[in-house]
Amino acid sequence: MTAVRTVPPPTSELTATVDRLWEAVTAGSEEAAGAVVFGALTAGAEPESVLLEVIAAVQARIGREWAANRLTVAEEHAATAINDRVVAALAHHPVVRDAVRAGPRGRVTVSCVDGEWHAFPARLLAQVLALRGWEVDYLGAQVPTPHLIARLHRTAPVALALSASLAPRLATAHSAISAAQAAGVPVLVGGAAFGPDGRYARLLGADAWAEDARGAADRLAEGLVAPLPAHQPVDDLPHLADQEYTLVRRSAPRLVGAVMSGLAERFPAVRSYTEAQLQHTAEDTAHIVDFLGAALYTDDPELFGGFLTWTAGVLTARAVPTASLLAALEVLGHELRDLPRAVGLLDHGRAAVASPSAVPATVPHQYHGNPA
Amino acid sequence: MALLPTETPLGSAESGLAFLAGAPYPVLVLAADGAVVHGSGSAWNLLGRPAGAEGEELAEVAPWLLEAHSRLCAAATVRRHRPGAPAAETAVRGVIAGAEVEAHPSLRADGSVVWWLVGDTDRGLAAVVERERWELLARLPGLLLNSLNVDRCLETTAQQAAAHLADAAVVVSPHSGRALRFVTCLRDGPPVRGQVRADPAAVPGLAEALQGFPPVPSRWIDPETAPNWLLPEGLTAVGAVSVTPLPGHGVPAGALVLLRGPGHGAFTPSEEVFARLFAARAGAAVSAAVMYSEQAAITDLLMRELLPPRLEHMNGADFAGGYRASVDRDRVGGDFYDVHPAADPDGETLAVLGDVCGKGLEAAVLTGKIRNTLHALLPLADDHPRLLSLLNRALLTSHHTRFATMVLASVRRQQSRVTVRLSAAGHPAPLIVRADGRVEVSRTHGSLVGALPETTVVSDTVVLAPGEACVLYSDGVTEARGGPLGDAMFGEERLLHALGECARMPAEAIVERVLMLASQWVGGRRHDDMAVMVVAAPQGTRLSAAGRYGHGGFPA
Repeated sequence: MTAVRTVPPPTSELTATVDRLWEAVTAGSEEAAGAVVFGALTAGAEPESVLLEVIAAVQARIGREWAANRLTVAEEHAATAINDRVVAALAHHPVVRDAVRAGPRGRVTVSCVDGEWHAFPARLLAQVLALRGWEVDYLGAQVPTPHLIARLHRTAPVALALSASLAPRLATAHSAISAAQAAGVPVLVGGAAFGPDGRYARLLGADAWAEDARGAADRLAEGLVAPLPAHQPVDDLPHLADQEYTLVRRSAPRLVGAVMSGLAERFPAVRSYTEAQLQHTAEDTAHIVDFLGAALYTDDPELFGGFLTWTAGVLTARAVPTASLLAALEVLGHELRDLPRAVGLLDHGRAAVASPSAVPATVPHQYHGNPA
Repeated sequence: MALLPTETPLGSAESGLAFLAGAPYPVLVLAADGAVVHGSGSAWNLLGRPAGAEGEELAEVAPWLLEAHSRLCAAATVRRHRPGAPAAETAVRGVIAGAEVEAHPSLRADGSVVWWLVGDTDRGLAAVVERERWELLARLPGLLLNSLNVDRCLETTAQQAAAHLADAAVVVSPHSGRALRFVTCLRDGPPVRGQVRADPAAVPGLAEALQGFPPVPSRWIDPETAPNWLLPEGLTAVGAVSVTPLPGHGVPAGALVLLRGPGHGAFTPSEEVFARLFAARAGAAVSAAVMYSEQAAITDLLMRELLPPRLEHMNGADFAGGYRASVDRDRVGGDFYDVHPAADPDGETLAVLGDVCGKGLEAAVLTGKIRNTLHALLPLADDHPRLLSLLNRALLTSHHTRFATMVLASVRRQQSRVTVRLSAAGHPAPLIVRADGRVEVSRTHGSLVGALPETTVVSDTVVLAPGEACVLYSDGVTEARGGPLGDAMFGEERLLHALGECARMPAEAIVERVLMLASQWVGGRRHDDMAVMVVAAPQGTRLSAAGRYGHGGFPA
């Protein structure tokens, strides 16, 4: 479902279409964007390829350009909204309607994890599944888990495809996965939150993981086996017994406050920050605490290290020195000195930021409210 | 199956050995001197000797048994003289004709010994079957209750019944109308759904079992009378068929039909008990699922009227709305919005966003009344003060003690521009996002409705150029508490700042952005209902299709 992240190299013909769609979308022209996509369809491109190799490729580029500070938040939102409408309109195009294979294969529910605003990958998957003849129940972004589960009880789908792009959603995803399985519905997960190789999907006991929409559709076509009941979520993660995750989650606002005063002590410049600058810094700090929580939940230092190196990259693109990031980690280390796992993670994180070659090539998380 | 006998009914030698006729195991009765007093047919089979063979032959086949017998008799003699001596009635093991056999002695009053010969394979198998059944009964409620979906529940019932009770099982759905719906399952196969137009009365006992009342016992029917639809594909021949009602505690829960292959007759008494326990558990689970789905269907039906509508492009202006209920469990609450398009494209479209005092379902019910009343007052929509005053009177005379705040927005397209006439009744004034990123607060204000005998309102008219937007929101957005430090209000300042970044953004992107920021601000904390509606002047031509999926949020 991370069609946004991993896109197979498109054919040269489609590459040209990607460029034209990119231009239309960044110019804010819905009409032009529609013309590009419908033109490709009429010229004989496969609807699935248009979705995954053109529209998804453009969406990935939107994320990259935002991370590199070459798109403003507004531009990025506008581009995403247009892409979203293109996907919606595409479903009604005659070529697509003809391409929908005689179904129905069965019902599949596609949903985002509670708190997840990045609906685009899930939406793409919903479209691809509809193209392949599934009856798709698309619930969209930000679905409260009780609704999701009530829905599963009512409709009893063959499978639930669950999308999450941010690692701090993993705990919520975990409860949704086990609740769906308890209801007898096998769960396929996807999205950047589950790690590049789906390692957190296995950790959280998901029945299947897919790298992208195509992989998810193939995996669903193979069929998922109904999960065994009587599975307690806590059995997946025995390390949670130390309560460190819960403690860090509960004290997150206090931790952010401590980091803010710690930064003001160390960096005189912080004391003269504007209200908006202070808020940005506090928000960034809150994200660090969120990812620390996710790393505690999964017991994976790489998760925290990867996030921090990516954050360092984003901060560098916005001309913020990484010294403040290191200082924030130090303050957190002091505040959490009684929690051995958290201290270990913070040490690992500091080492990752300090190592100059650590900036990852890909964008692991788009955490600044890009609803793509 | 039957418990291992540990004690033979005591009786004198004269009382005979008739009780051995029904013995579940091969049995030999040996006199104190080792002579064979009695041997059951199965015992002779086991020994591989013709019935009535003598003790010497026994010594050839099972010398260990004779040895144990003499030891036991010797000990018994000692005990008769010294009552405190240890009893020696312990089982011994040995091999007869290559098979491991356990021999359990019980001493009779006349000094003879009854030897029960238990083949390990027999006993092992029986014990395993027994244990599996009890484990299933323990596991079954979990398997069945996990899903509140009726079809899933019936599938699980069919699958488990086929695995443990019969060669195949058919569960007939309690919701069978004109057509009978059922799930069939072969042992170790997947459950298969089917339906047929047939009269349940054609199967003896089925119609009564489906009615659920009065209670009927399960019954074995003549396999010849079973109609074809009842015979699962893959089951070549049928030896016995039973029809069992699933007891549903006042709710019909369906019927279970068990099919056994040729060579298997009706159940033994212990199988019968097990089948009844199975049916009781399955019936309880199915009836719970039936009740849940009926309740959920009713809730959905009622909720449909209360859910915020899906908004789109109407009469030359873009509309988008988003909603987040305070209670995650509910999909509705005290905030609402509606758009009533004008009859003709040049007319005025009335958009409303409001907030009823309170939250949860009770507030949602009042929003439904207000929305209906407003709909009825639509012909007066060109006169906002009058409309609000009529609504005020309607609310005052209703038995609800709650009041409401709201914004009315009458929207009209004029060439490339969109004119919006705004009236805020006790509600936060709408914000205008200009194309250059300036954010203005509209100058409308007025009293809330449903509290005072008279209402006053000052309207404001704003003109939106292409790419500009008017944002209506409820105070749940600005009063959201949270933030990185946990206790700050989101506030109007932050909202103004956020909207400043939304210049030229499509209407739905603005809605999403505001709701996302406010939701992230509250994090997992408690919050009030939040509603946002955006009216925007389009910048270019919109793609015509609105899409088969709603934008954001989750549909009913």
